[in-house]
Formats: sequence, structure tokens, C-alpha cells
Amino acid sequence: MRTINSKLITDTVRALCIKANIELRKDVLLALRRARKKETNSKARRILDIIIQNALIAKEKRLPICQDTGMVVSYLKIGQDIKIKGDIRKAILEGIANAYRDGYFRKSIVQDPLIRKNTNTNLPPVIYTKIVPGNKMDIRVIVKGFGSENSSRTKMFRPTDPSSLIEDFVVRVVRESGSKSCPPLYIGIGIGGTLDKAVSLSKEAILRPVGNYNKAPHIARLEKRLFKKVNNLKIGPMGMGGKTTALGVSVLTYPTHIAGLPVAVNISCHATRDAGKVV
Amino acid sequence: MKKINLPLTRDIIKTLKVGEEVLLTGPVLTARDAAHKRLVNTLESKGKIPVSIKGETIYYTGPTPARPGEIIGSCGPTTSFRMDPFSLVLLKNGLLGMIGKGERSYEVTSMIKRFGAVYFVTIGGAGAYLSQKIKGNTVLAYKDLGTEAIHRLIIEDFPAIVSIK
Ligand code: SF4
Repeated sequence: MRTINSKLITDTVRALCIKANIELRKDVLLALRRARKKETNSKARRILDIIIQNALIAKEKRLPICQDTGMVVSYLKIGQDIKIKGDIRKAILEGIANAYRDGYFRKSIVQDPLIRKNTNTNLPPVIYTKIVPGNKMDIRVIVKGFGSENSSRTKMFRPTDPSSLIEDFVVRVVRESGSKSCPPLYIGIGIGGTLDKAVSLSKEAILRPVGNYNKAPHIARLEKRLFKKVNNLKIGPMGMGGKTTALGVSVLTYPTHIAGLPVAVNISCHATRDAGKVV
Repeated sequence: MKKINLPLTRDIIKTLKVGEEVLLTGPVLTARDAAHKRLVNTLESKGKIPVSIKGETIYYTGPTPARPGEIIGSCGPTTSFRMDPFSLVLLKNGLLGMIGKGERSYEVTSMIKRFGAVYFVTIGGAGAYLSQKIKGNTVLAYKDLGTEAIHRLIIEDFPAIVSIK
């Protein structure tokens, strides 16, 4: 048994929330630069230049990449041989509150979804935990903006539906999201499981580095087909046309029921932000 | 790139072309969901609103707090279509310009044209970059709304694209 003090969790979560908000993921920045090189539409190129410059300014001036500093979604993989000293949930919450106060980030969370009074702390987050072998703890935070979250969709297909129908659905979701989700997008897709499992997979999918493909060859092919199809929409950066509608498509799958085929699409913007650490 | 001085006038708007990239300089108001709802509720119940909308340009944004000594934090556009239910009332009260991101409803699009107003988009997710184009920032009204309060910003060479006019 290894003992982890909850203070370590608080400090790690604080540091990760600050890093995620200020330093654009390296893979995302690289994908933006690659897209800029390939883009031929001049307006799209100018917008990509500004987006890339934005990431550099954010890092240099310690300013948030985007003013929507998001709702925090945290993923904890907890080794089964760890004993945590203190209240783990409280530790995470404190880490987030400290980061949003000290980082001068926007507090975007309302306590009650209908009454809508701001909690002024950016709390609470959404927390997912998994128990895994070992004596380490993997802590990861996603900072999710809602311009893109609002364009995310889910649909329960018939088990007999062909893959082409799923592809049409994804393309439609991207088309309808237009420019309001801040393209170029990173599109996370969850297929299988239950309704909720598909949705959580679609969010986890955006944790995968842009440009990497699913290990299953038929899913990797699906990702490549979808990437091509959504870029053919020619929405382009901020909806101004060009071939850069998406930076990548990432699909995760899970076994499902004989009667079902759940599909969830989680749209993430060019400010796809997360950070993680193993303690 | 064409430079436009704010406040806008109908004559300035006439010179703009859809799709054209411009640099905006001058005063704008900020307002997003909660401020829109409050402004429009007040106007509809014949109350007096705390700022004049006439001839103004509203930037849909909810910036991050300024660090000590800084003018403003990160300050990019939010999604405009969420303001669609409120825009008609504001246009009727003389609003001339809007800055945001994303498409507008069919109804708002035709109203913008009918009122001789203009809707610009700017670069979503470029809040750090855009904050460098903001030279003044004071809270004018609805302070209790925090980031959603109405601010007076002074922008300079702020990049935008004419989307609807
Ligand atoms: S969609 Fe993303 S980049 Fe755009 S405003 Fe929201 S968080 Fe920022």
C-alpha cells in the first residue's frame, strides 16, 4: 500500500488546470501548423495564423487560450494499491478552485441548471474515476468550452444500420455546428456501449493525440473516411471556407447490446485543452 | 485591410461588403446571454435600461478577469445565435453593430438587413490574441453579472469579417 496525501492531488489538479488553459496541446498546435501549410484559401490561412499566434501569446503572457475556460472534466485512474489520506473529491475541487482563482480564469459554472446562479469558483467539475492495477494515480483534466459542447449530439442507431448512416450522421452534426464551434475541430466519437458509455467515450476520444489513429484497422479507416468527408464540407476556420474544417477525427468503441448501436459525437474546438500527470 | 472607426453610422455600413475583412477601432459594449435577457426584459416592460443602445456595437463576449495591472483577460467572441431571441428588440432600439461568432437565425439575418445594421464575426478561440487589441475596459452596468456584466471596451485594429449586412 502506498499512501497519497490529498494535498498532492490538490496541487496537481491546480497545476494541470492552469497548464491546460494556458498552453495549447502540442499535438493540436502541430496539427494547426500542418493545416496552415496545406490550406490554400487565403482568408482561412490568415485565420489559422491568428489562431497559431494566439497560442503563442497565451503561453508567453500566461493568458488563457480562450476566454471560455470551460467546465472541468477530470479523469482519475486510481491504482488499487493506493491509500488516499483525506477527502479525494474535496482535494480535486480545491485544486480547481485554486487554479481558477490564481490563473484569473473565467468562472463559468452555475449551481442550478434552471436557476442559473454562478458558483464563482468554476466548481463543481465532472469527475470520472477508474480503479486500475498498481500504486500510481493518473490525473487528467479536460477544460471543455461550451461553444463546441453545445454542438455535440448522440443518436441510437439500429444494429443493422450500415456504417454509411453513421457517417452521414457525423457529417450532419458537423455541418449543423457550422462556425459556432470554432473550427477547425477535433471530433471525438464514441460507438457502442450504452447511451452514457457512448457519450463518455466520445469525450475520452479527444484525449488521443491528433493524427493518431485507432488501433483497429476498420475503425482507423472509418476515421480517415470521416476526416475526408467533414473537410469536404468546406466550412473552414471560423466558417470562412477552405479545407480545414477538422484537425482530426478520433473514434473509440465498446461492446454493445444485440439490439443497439449507440453513437455519440463530441465536438471539440481548435482550443482542445487538457493536461495530465501520473503521481 | 480596411479600417473602420466606431461608432458606426449607416453610411459606414453602406460601404461594407459581406466577406470583407476589416479592422475596427473605437468603443463597443459587451453583452452576452444574461445581460441580453435583462436588457430586453426591461425594454419590454417599458423600463429604463442603464445604457443607451442607439448607434452602438455590441461585442458578444465574457472575458476572463484581468490580472492586476492589465486591461482585460482573454476576450474572444461567444456564439451569437444564443442572442438571436433578443436581437430584434435591440435593433429596434437603434443597435447598429454586433460582433460574435457563428451563423444567425434566418429571422435575425433579415432584420439586420432591414435595419441597415451589420453583423461581424471575429476569431473564436483567439481570446489571448484579441485581448491585445483592447485598449480600454470599464464596467458600465449589471456589475452583479460578473463576466456577463456590460463593459465599455475601447478596441483598436480589432480584426473582424463582415458577415451579414
Ligand atoms: S468553442 Fe472553443 S475556442 Fe470557441 S469559444 Fe468555445 S472554448 Fe473557445
